[in-house]
Amino acid sequence: MPYNSVVCVKPVPDPKHYDRVTIDPVKKTITREGIPTVVGPADKCAIEAALQLRERFGGTVAVLSMAPLNAEEILREVLAMGADEAYLLSDRAFGGADTLATSYTLFQGIRKIEAAGNFRFDFIFCGNESADGATAQVSSQLGEWLGCPHLWNVSAFEAKDDEGSFSLKTKLENGFMEWKGRPPLVLGIARDLNKPRFISVMGIMKAKKKPLTIWGRGDLNEAEDTYLGLSGSPTQAGEIFTPDMKRSGELLSGTPEEIVGRLVTILRANGVVLKA
Amino acid sequence: MSEKIWVNAEVSDGKIAEVTFELLSKANELAEALGDGTEVEVTLLGDGLESEAGRLLEWGAKTVLLADDPALKMYSPLTYAPLLTSWATARKPVIWLFAATAVGATLGPAVAGRLKTGMAAHCVDLLLDDRKKLKALVPSFGGKVIGEILCPGHLPQMASVKPGIFVKKAPLKKHTDGKIEKEDLTQWRQKLDQSGLEPVRIERRPPKGLPLNEAEVVVCGGFGVGTDKNWKLLEELAESLGGATACTRPPVDEGWTGEYCMVGTSGQSIRPKVYLGFGISGATHHICGMNEAGVVVSVNRDEDAPIFQVSDYRVVADLNVILPLLVEAIKTKSS
Ligand SMILES: Cc1cc2nc3c(=O)[nH]c(=O)nc-3n(C[C@H](O)[C@H](O)[C@H](O)COP(=O)(O)OP(=O)(O)OC[C@H]3O[C@@H](n4cnc5c(N)ncnc54)[C@H](O)[C@@H]3O)c2cc1C
Repeated sequence: MPYNSVVCVKPVPDPKHYDRVTIDPVKKTITREGIPTVVGPADKCAIEAALQLRERFGGTVAVLSMAPLNAEEILREVLAMGADEAYLLSDRAFGGADTLATSYTLFQGIRKIEAAGNFRFDFIFCGNESADGATAQVSSQLGEWLGCPHLWNVSAFEAKDDEGSFSLKTKLENGFMEWKGRPPLVLGIARDLNKPRFISVMGIMKAKKKPLTIWGRGDLNEAEDTYLGLSGSPTQAGEIFTPDMKRSGELLSGTPEEIVGRLVTILRANGVVLKA
Repeated sequence: MSEKIWVNAEVSDGKIAEVTFELLSKANELAEALGDGTEVEVTLLGDGLESEAGRLLEWGAKTVLLADDPALKMYSPLTYAPLLTSWATARKPVIWLFAATAVGATLGPAVAGRLKTGMAAHCVDLLLDDRKKLKALVPSFGGKVIGEILCPGHLPQMASVKPGIFVKKAPLKKHTDGKIEKEDLTQWRQKLDQSGLEPVRIERRPPKGLPLNEAEVVVCGGFGVGTDKNWKLLEELAESLGGATACTRPPVDEGWTGEYCMVGTSGQSIRPKVYLGFGISGATHHICGMNEAGVVVSVNRDEDAPIFQVSDYRVVADLNVILPLLVEAIKTKSS
């Protein structure tokens, strides 16, 4: 049985460089100069999950993103990984969205794709969390808007039988939970589910010809303004600051034996009881 | 009428999880600040929890709203989210706190979605602004930046907090008239349809050694530890210091240890008396989980490693030299 999936992806500044993120002291905005934009690490695992599902059962994989227009490049990258088509929801009206407004906009995008193709998606994959904001709330809230069951922290996902039932695992503190589910399902994919594939040259060539649709506010005709963008966001951002975590950093120098001697003294001085 | 601050209790293996008491402590504090007889109430869902519910009254809850049913033994978005939503719609809390745990981090936003209200995720502190509205401090960019999140026009103002962020404190005054209100679930059970998604079972793998949040000394290893063999040495050191082992992301990826001891944005927040780090570069993602430690000692061969900026003591050296010597020294010192 073929399954149609949509994968929600968010272009983010490369998390490898977050120690370079600063705050503009005057404008009080985040400066991320020179940090490249990438597909979120968990989103890549979500794409991989959708591609594997298609390889096994057939069907289609669409990617969907709500982002500024320059996200097109990132979506081409996802198409190069193997997705069939991409949709970019881009409009000033969507800007400043919190998780509730973001998930609403994605929900409207999903319904629009479905209406255009006269079908319903079986699986909606999301990365567990974005690398930048990392609220990890969008997948659950998207599930609620769509009115279908949602799981977060999914670390195993496999077809159980040919009748369309799936066995899933979600991570818990010190363990996991096992589930039996059938589509439609919204799944927040944890990074340990899989290792995302690399992009091949072939993939890049093919991606150039794949459809990439951009929709603005006017295209989401079913959407209500009360839930969109900054004004549709119940949460509002206040001040931002960089936490000051600096410590004095006394250098322990000397021979390795001397250093270790100092370490033992420091441990004792701080109340550590030495017991072998 | 007095206002209500809610805490959603986290249950693990039929017991109230510690994080619930941490959240209750903060809720008591916020109730005090809100004044006017603000009451703290706890929402508790599960199976066989009556005796556990009583413990919450000891920690400052005025009321425990309890849904106790075999159908609630395991979390499911299909059962938990609608129940909690119906309670909130009927009783209108002003603030509602969830644990940012595996369950809480998906249940909280689902309920917020149903209530069409705002939720601040993974908060590192919760305050009231001058209009007595909740001001949540949340990290972004792996903890490099902290932002204030407000929810000015919607109720309840919701927030999630990871275990280990707040300190568990006994309440200033205990209620003598606290009560447990048990929900009658007869009607609800008939309407229940879990055919789309059923929880099957839970398997716990208790971590070996002392739990990270109880350890006064934490020996943390990063990618620089380099080998499985060194990792064993690290664990040996932690054990002989009566502490616990922790890690950054790469040792999990390398399979030296499990995610249960990862510290940082996607791991745990810890506040041991002493943190001893080996071969850790000091990525923002990690630092924001350990910066509450009492004393931070770091060993790294790169003198420019960012971890040194957040350390009280710097050891610029190869851990292959320092680690075995230290293990040896501790053994001889303690015998
Ligand atoms: C969305 C997201 C979430 C993340 N969440 C977390 C999280 O919760 N926790 C976390 O820790 N990471 C997290 N990470 C990963 C994080 O960004 C860093 O990659 C990670 O913390 C780096 O770990 P490290 O310091 O051990 O390794 P590295 O950065 O590789 O540093 C290794 C250090 O070891 C030193 N070294 C090497 N050999 C030796 C030696 N022989 N002796 C002494 N020193 C030596 C090196 O000088 C170097 O400084 C996350 C990443 C992303 C994208």
